[in-house]
Amino acid sequence: MQDSPNPEQLLAAVARYLRDEAGPALGRSGQDALAYNARVAANMLDIVTRQLQLAPTADADEGARLRALLADPASTDDLARLNQRLADRIAQGDLGTGQPALTEHLWRTTLAKLAVDQPGYATYRQTLATADPDLGH
Amino acid sequence: MVTGRSEPPWDASALELAQGLAAALTDSAASAASADSALSAVRAASLAQVLGLRRLSGGASQETWAFELASAAGNRALILRRAPPGVHRRGADSPGLAAEAALITLAGRAGVPVPEVLQVLQPGHGLGEGFIMQRLPGETLGRRIAAAHRPALARQCGDALARIHALPLAGLPALRCTQPRAEVEHLRDWHARHGTVRPVFQLALRWLAEHAPADVAPVLVHGDFRNGNLMVDLADEVAPLRGVLDWELAHLGDAMADLGWLCANPWRFGQSQRRVGGFGLADELFAGYRAAGGQVDEARVHWWQVLGTLRWGIICESMGQAWLTGAEPVMEKAAIGRRASETEIDLLALIAPRAGQQRGGGAATHPATATGAP
Repeated sequence: MQDSPNPEQLLAAVARYLRDEAGPALGRSGQDALAYNARVAANMLDIVTRQLQLAPTADADEGARLRALLADPASTDDLARLNQRLADRIAQGDLGTGQPALTEHLWRTTLAKLAVDQPGYATYRQTLATADPDLGH
Repeated sequence: MVTGRSEPPWDASALELAQGLAAALTDSAASAASADSALSAVRAASLAQVLGLRRLSGGASQETWAFELASAAGNRALILRRAPPGVHRRGADSPGLAAEAALITLAGRAGVPVPEVLQVLQPGHGLGEGFIMQRLPGETLGRRIAAAHRPALARQCGDALARIHALPLAGLPALRCTQPRAEVEHLRDWHARHGTVRPVFQLALRWLAEHAPADVAPVLVHGDFRNGNLMVDLADEVAPLRGVLDWELAHLGDAMADLGWLCANPWRFGQSQRRVGGFGLADELFAGYRAAGGQVDEARVHWWQVLGTLRWGIICESMGQAWLTGAEPVMEKAAIGRRASETEIDLLALIAPRAGQQRGGGAATHPATATGAP
């Protein structure tokens, strides 16, 4: 096994350096574009950290829902393939906004994406504020 | 003599550009096209000085430069938009820079706040295709403009859009023409070319196709009228709109397309409770539009808002793909690729809202859709 700090801790250290040290120093020296990119870089590392934490559970849940929606509980397809099959069914009109099971699945999947990509996004925050307690993670 | 502050990168090509600009702005377009160019450049340099030339933005095919022109008449802050010589502008979607300049001038005459166009580049200038326009003072950063409720700005946007949409087609340069259903197919093809798998985008494409409004008699559509392309005087509470910018996506089509795009959540910069660019309410926009003679079809605005949200999602996707393929190896493109999910949640809020949820990510004032149940 590898020693500590673990990957999440290393990512947090780099993100903090970019956000609190390198970025502000670049800004003070008038290099605004580089300072901006340092913030972007820190945000990208935060995405990686959240994905490491949240994806295992979210992906397992998403796969279970997809196999149920596609009525193929024993499927060994990976998530990309299952999502392609769902996208095809939607494009063909077999599944649509009239099916609560579909929209519920898409909401849960999308909320799980936002929890990683952009948990501060206004629509995400509003949805969690008005949602059932069990929705989201 | 042409001088330039040493804004990096200041190099020989920038110096040449500054000399060319001085010549273009000193001579009339006609004489510049016919005169010996070296002679005219010398003559021009004695009459006008280009100062502080600096590149603002743009990709390989299009550049935006800022500079000051010092002449006997005083100093003027100016902007150059151009495609350099030998570089042809991007795809067929864009009318081209000369057409852009013509549209800005026509819109200005119709009472739309726009920068004054001083010179359309001619072949004799040797500077490529483009135009020189006034550099307006004010704010364009969306987040700052959305930081407060600005009812007068929303109303002025309605006024400006109604004037744009009322411009007589006979006087316009050649523009592509599109209709609602054709735009859905365009987005479907664009998304498919990325090869990404997004069930929410497929749901949105399906919804858009099922609810597409009928074709309309086309009018001039700005095409990118949104918070971020507006020059605003934040201190002016009566008439803060100083200029409508970025006409490069202008085309002929449905007037409601401009209103829907302006209302899409990506341009609210976190202030999603204010549907119009984060700074105004739909009723304020619509009132300004109607007062200037426009007719609002709120169901069509809603439909175009859904389409605009999907369009921004596909643009995010395209930036991520450009990074993945190595076509644009800029770090931020990779980050923007991960922002397509923001449009997925906005699309769900618009077309499949959950019980108790405000429709459309803050579009609470939207009436029950007239284009049918979701």
